[in-house]
Amino acid sequence: MAYFSLMNAPGPGPVAPPTLVIRPDSARSLGLVADLWEFRDLLWTLAGRDLTLRYRQTILGVAWVALQPLLGALIFTFVFGTIAGLPSDGVPYLIYAFTALAGWGLFSGIVTRASGSLVQNSGLIAKVWFPRAVIPGSVVPAAALDFAVALALLLALMAWHGVGFSAATLLAPLWAAALAALALGLGLIGAALMVRFRDVQHILPVAMQLLLYASPVAYAAAVVPARHRDLYWMNPVAPLLEGLRASLLGTAMPPAWSVWAALTTTLLALALGAWVFRRLERRFADVI
Amino acid sequence: MSSEPLAIEAQGLGKRYVISTRAAATTLAERLGQLVRAPFAASAGEELWALRDVDFRIPAGSAVGVIGRNGAGKSTLLKILSRITPPTRGELRLRGRVGSLLEVGTGFHPELTGRENIFLNGAILGMKRREIAARFDAIVAFAEVDRFLETPVKRYSSGMYVRLAFAVAAHLEPEILVVDEVLAVGDAEFQRKCLGKMGEVAGGGRTVIFVSHSMAAVSALTQRVLLLDGGCCRFDGPTAEGIARYRALQGGAEAVPAQYVAEGRRGNHVRSARVHTSDAGGVHRHGQPLRVEFDLEVPEPTSSLCFSCKLVDAEDRNIVHLWCFAPEARFRREAGRYTLRFDLPRARLFQGAYTLRAFLSDRRTNAMFDELHGLCPFEVTMDGTHRDDYAWSAGDCTYLESAQWELQREGAEAQRGTVAP
Repeated sequence: MAYFSLMNAPGPGPVAPPTLVIRPDSARSLGLVADLWEFRDLLWTLAGRDLTLRYRQTILGVAWVALQPLLGALIFTFVFGTIAGLPSDGVPYLIYAFTALAGWGLFSGIVTRASGSLVQNSGLIAKVWFPRAVIPGSVVPAAALDFAVALALLLALMAWHGVGFSAATLLAPLWAAALAALALGLGLIGAALMVRFRDVQHILPVAMQLLLYASPVAYAAAVVPARHRDLYWMNPVAPLLEGLRASLLGTAMPPAWSVWAALTTTLLALALGAWVFRRLERRFADVI
Repeated sequence: MSSEPLAIEAQGLGKRYVISTRAAATTLAERLGQLVRAPFAASAGEELWALRDVDFRIPAGSAVGVIGRNGAGKSTLLKILSRITPPTRGELRLRGRVGSLLEVGTGFHPELTGRENIFLNGAILGMKRREIAARFDAIVAFAEVDRFLETPVKRYSSGMYVRLAFAVAAHLEPEILVVDEVLAVGDAEFQRKCLGKMGEVAGGGRTVIFVSHSMAAVSALTQRVLLLDGGCCRFDGPTAEGIARYRALQGGAEAVPAQYVAEGRRGNHVRSARVHTSDAGGVHRHGQPLRVEFDLEVPEPTSSLCFSCKLVDAEDRNIVHLWCFAPEARFRREAGRYTLRFDLPRARLFQGAYTLRAFLSDRRTNAMFDELHGLCPFEVTMDGTHRDDYAWSAGDCTYLESAQWELQREGAEAQRGTVAP
């Protein structure tokens, strides 16, 4: 009787608030994407926080975003271009290396920072609820901004050296987006696993180092011996980086099949990342 | 109570933690194998039910306290309510947005300025950017940090830090506000301000769940409490009764009445002593009638037999002295068993823990028949004795006396009132 009168009672506000039912096994009805959308303000705020913190109390500030890959490109140019004398498809070696390094920075930045993000923010996870994917997700805007700054510097360098632009240049953001998506998928998996297994944080730098040299960053894919090349293109990062470089510098495109394979891998990585993350996220607070 | 719609409905809530985990994997491959099979699965390990079979229904617009000893399951319950961790069993229905404040300043970053932290913290607590912008001025005013908005919070005093952190959370305005022991920090005045704000929240038709070890705060803010012990809900009802039961739990495994019984004594002696407190479990509310009773065994009456007792506070100070030295007292002439009763119609002991001292002696020969210390521990609370503005605090006094006050302005009529009526 009392229960029924409760049901008929008017709500406190003009609209009765929605009821949330929490059960041991209930996966929340919203998907990962919907979660991120609902908490987009938090995502941007966290991204802004990380950016602010990264450059506060530095003398050169945001200039580091461009300086880091530029210094890296200088090293590669010296080691691989000058000492080893590797070819760079008719483009100045510095620009050649810098292009791929900007793309690599986007990829590795997202994977590394996303993987460590949950553990780094364990205080938040233990004390307040919000969709956990917001944390690794907030890494993407900052990395994208880094990439945009590097890209601007690259375009300036290209103009300086008289490297021509073409319609393909406009495709560069798409290649970058594919790299970022692949990185986010891997980052979600890395983040979810690192909550439970801190081993990931030791494995990751080694794996990234390996992947860097297994990808055409410091050198052109053309220098890979032909008999290993099919295997080489199986690495999804390789065709995406080479595609990025081709779109910007007009260098050789990777084989079409490898591009499709990389895009498929990207989708699979995103799907797997989302699945693993959602499967594990409810327990994060208990094990972190 | 039942006219309001329910804000929270919990049925059979349980939460299990596994303390020690699976056997350690010896190789990476083994570990990866486990990882693939069941990443977070619990295997053989010691189980701990932090919470079990907890049921309650909380109507919208009420303020409910959650009390219990450490490890009783309070924090676990709050974590489930605020969706940080899922229950292992049972079901929870939450009507409306839940805002939780399990820790003051969650997500505050020391390098960021006050202004930046307001937006960051607000976003973490679930506010949209424009909501925070709309309440920004109110938050700053509440926290009293307007001059330091552009200063990194690492340079804030701890008081400013706490004020700012609470201010953000207090302006969250969710339908359900879950607050853990956050008032333990901050000075008395700020605590009062926080309590006022939470009372406002509850008064505004929203629901407040409040966990605290401060019974003063719980009784000031709530009319109803859930008492948790060992993960179970032991009591769900009026705050005063819940607090009394909580105190009883603290005193021992079961509610021990405040009494003493002597064993195997001969000669003149105090056979037993009892303190009849206003509430169960040796808890006495300030200002209520208090009875102190002694059973005396007097096989050898003497002409100057004296009995006296003292109520002693936690710092071993004698606060109240009671005696029966009357010449006509029958135990000076007739052997037998006596019951001696002292009634304090309005015991004005201040809050704190008390024990009894008792003396049975002969004045003329200076013989001490019995001398007892630390009898009948009981506790006095100020629950039900309200004071505006300043909450009772331990050092206020040792004994609270009633008085009249009169405030006279020259040429105007006097105002009158009572201190501790």
